Amino acid sequence: MTGSAKNADEELRELAAKQVALGEVRGAPAADPVNVPMIRHWLAAMGDENPVYLEQGLAPPTMAQVWTMPGLSRGPKERSPVDDMMTALNGHGYTGVVATNCEQTYHRYVRVGELLTPATRFSGLAGPKRTALGVGYFATWHITWYSGDDEPVAEMMFRVLKFRPPQKTEPQEQAAELPPYPLQPAVNQDTAFFWDGAGQGELRIQSCADCGELRHPPGPLCPRCRSAERTHRVASGTGTLFSYVVHHHPPVPGRETPFVVGVVELPEGVRIVGNVVDCPIEEVRIGMPLRVTYRRMDDRLVLPMWAPEGR
Amino acid sequence: MKGKTAVAGIGATEFSKRSGRSELRLAAEAVLAALDDAGLSPADVDGLVTYTQDTNQEIAVARETGIGELTFFSRVEYGGGAACGTVAHAAMAVATGAARTVVCYRAFNERSGHRFGRPNADLTGRPTSQGLEMSWHVPYGLMTPAAWVAMFARRYMHVHGATSEDFGRVAVAMRRHAATNPAAWFHGRPITLAEHQASRWIVEPLHLLDCCQESDGAVALVVTSAERARDLRRSPALISAAAQGAGAGQMMMTSYYRDDLTGLPEMSVVGRRLWELSGLTPADIQTAILYDHFTPFVLTQLEELGFCGRGEAPGFLADGGIELDGRLPVNPHGGQLGEAYIHGMNGIAEAVRQIRGTAANQLPGVENVLVTAGTGVPTSGLILSAS
Repeated sequence: MTGSAKNADEELRELAAKQVALGEVRGAPAADPVNVPMIRHWLAAMGDENPVYLEQGLAPPTMAQVWTMPGLSRGPKERSPVDDMMTALNGHGYTGVVATNCEQTYHRYVRVGELLTPATRFSGLAGPKRTALGVGYFATWHITWYSGDDEPVAEMMFRVLKFRPPQKTEPQEQAAELPPYPLQPAVNQDTAFFWDGAGQGELRIQSCADCGELRHPPGPLCPRCRSAERTHRVASGTGTLFSYVVHHHPPVPGRETPFVVGVVELPEGVRIVGNVVDCPIEEVRIGMPLRVTYRRMDDRLVLPMWAPEGR
Repeated sequence: MKGKTAVAGIGATEFSKRSGRSELRLAAEAVLAALDDAGLSPADVDGLVTYTQDTNQEIAVARETGIGELTFFSRVEYGGGAACGTVAHAAMAVATGAARTVVCYRAFNERSGHRFGRPNADLTGRPTSQGLEMSWHVPYGLMTPAAWVAMFARRYMHVHGATSEDFGRVAVAMRRHAATNPAAWFHGRPITLAEHQASRWIVEPLHLLDCCQESDGAVALVVTSAERARDLRRSPALISAAAQGAGAGQMMMTSYYRDDLTGLPEMSVVGRRLWELSGLTPADIQTAILYDHFTPFVLTQLEELGFCGRGEAPGFLADGGIELDGRLPVNPHGGQLGEAYIHGMNGIAEAVRQIRGTAANQLPGVENVLVTAGTGVPTSGLILSAS
C-alpha cells in the first residue's frame, strides 16, 4: 500500500469541507465581450438556423460557458475552488475523470457587447463509491455568470466522477500462471468494497457515513447508530498480533502446511483475521507489530496478509 | 417450568467408527431404544426435535419408527450447541401442551461419512449471513473446528499463563473415565500426560489428544411431563432448568471481534439462566457434563459456570477437581474425548444415568447434574435432578 493512501478519505473530506466553506469565488472576467464572430461560429457548428441571434445581437443561452473559457494558457488568477480539489484527487490516485451531470439555468439572453464574469462555488464531495469504472468520488460545483457587477444571467451545476483506474497489483502474466485458488470468499453488496480494496492494495474498514463508527467485519448497518449509510476508511496498514494458530493438520486445499493465521488488532480499533507471513513460525508472538502485505492468490483474489513490521 | 417435565427414556446405538448403516436407520434405532427404555410405544409420541444439522427429517424418523401424527416438531441451530436445546424445545412443548411426548434425537456417521474436522470449501459457497461470516476466515485457511478453537486457546494461555499440560489434564481425565465405561470407544485405553504432550500437532496450541474423536452413532431422549414420567418404567430425570444462549457479537466458532477471547460469553448466558430457573448454585451440582470437543473450552466452561474463578481452571484441574473423586467430577462417561462424539447428545444420556444411579462410573448421591452443549457457538444447557 502507498503512504498517500493513508487516511486519504479523511484528507479529501477535510479539503472538500474547506472548499465548500470558501463559498462563491469570483473568477477573472472574460477576455472578450460577447461578440458576433463567436456567435456566428457557434451557430454554424451547432447547425442552429434561428435568425433571431444575429438579427437582434443576442447570444444563444447554451453559449454561457463559452465566454469565460480560460483557453490553453491560463493564469494563476483563474484558479477556482474546484482546482485544488481536483489536484488532491489526482494526488490520491483518482486520476480518471468523467462528467456525470450538467444542468444549466438561463435568466435572460445575453447581448453583444456585454462582459461576463464567472463565479464558482464548490458544493460537495461524495464518496468513495464503487462504480463500474472503479472506486471514486463525485465532485459537484456551481458556476454563475454575472453581467456587470452583480446581475446573474446564467447558472450551471456540474458534477464529475473522479475515479481510480483499476490497477494490477502484480504483473498480469504472473497472476495468469496461478491455478484457481479454492478458498474464495462469498461476497455480497455489504462486503465487496473490502475485497475490491484488497485487489487495489488497500485495507478498507467500513465506516459509518453518519457517525463515523468503524466496523470489521463489515455489515449492512452501523453497530452504533444503525445507519445504513456506509463508506470506508483505508487503514494505516499496521497492526498488533492479538492471537494466532499454527495449522498443521489436516491438509487445507490451496495451502502448504504449516501456516499461521492470526487475529490482528489495528490501531484504528478493529480486529481482522489474516495469515502471518515472512516470519519463522517460532518467532511469531502475541503482541508483535505487523504490517499488511498483499498476496495474489489467483486472477480473482488478493488477500491482505501480515508480515513483521520493519522486515 | 422447573420440575414440570422430565427425561423419561434414553436410547443409543453402539458408538463406532463405521456403523455400516444409514444415518436414518441409526436415528430410528436410537428412538425405538429410548421409547422402550421409557416403556412407551411409538404411538405415544406426538413430537420430535433434532438438530438443524441432522440429515434425518422428523417425518422420515416418524415413518420408520411407526410414530403416527405429530403435533410438534422443531430443529435447533448451531451445530453441537443444539444438544440441550433439543430438550429445552421438547420441555417447552410439553409444558405448554403443544405435545405430550417428545423425542429428541441426533444420528450421524460422522466418522465414516461426512467428517466435520475436514476442511470444506463449501463453507463460503454462498453469500448467506453464515457464508459471509466464514469468508473472513476460510480464505486464510482458518476453516477447521480445531483451528477455530485454537485461536481462543492461545489467547487463554497468554492471558492466564495456562500451558498445554493444563489442557492435557482434561484429555487424561476423560480417557481415564472412558477406560472403565464399556460403552466408550476408548474403553480400557487410558492415556498419560506424556502421551498427550507427545501427540502430534493438529493446530498449535492443540495436540491430537486435545481433539475429541469422530464417531458414528445415535442417541435419543424421551421428554414428557414429570407427572407422567413418574408412572413410567424408569425413575424420571426431572428438568430443573433448560436454557439456550447466544452472546453479544456472537459468531459461529469465530467470535474473535469482541472482548478478550478468554471466555465463552454465550455459556455465561446459559449458566445465568440455569441458576436462575433452577434456584440452584454450583455447590448443588454433584457432577457436570461439559461439552468437550476440544479440551481448552472445558476450562473456560468451569469458569463461565461459576465452578471456579476467571483464570483459575488450570489450578482446579491440577488439584484433580474434575476426576471422579474430585470437587466436581466432569464427564464420568469419558465425554466426547473418551466415550463418543455424538454432538453432545450422549452426554445428556449420561446425566440421566447418573440421576438414575445406573451409570458405568456411578457417582454417589447424585441429586443434580448440569449438562452443557457445543462451545464456541450459540449453545444450551440443562440441569437434571432426581427430585
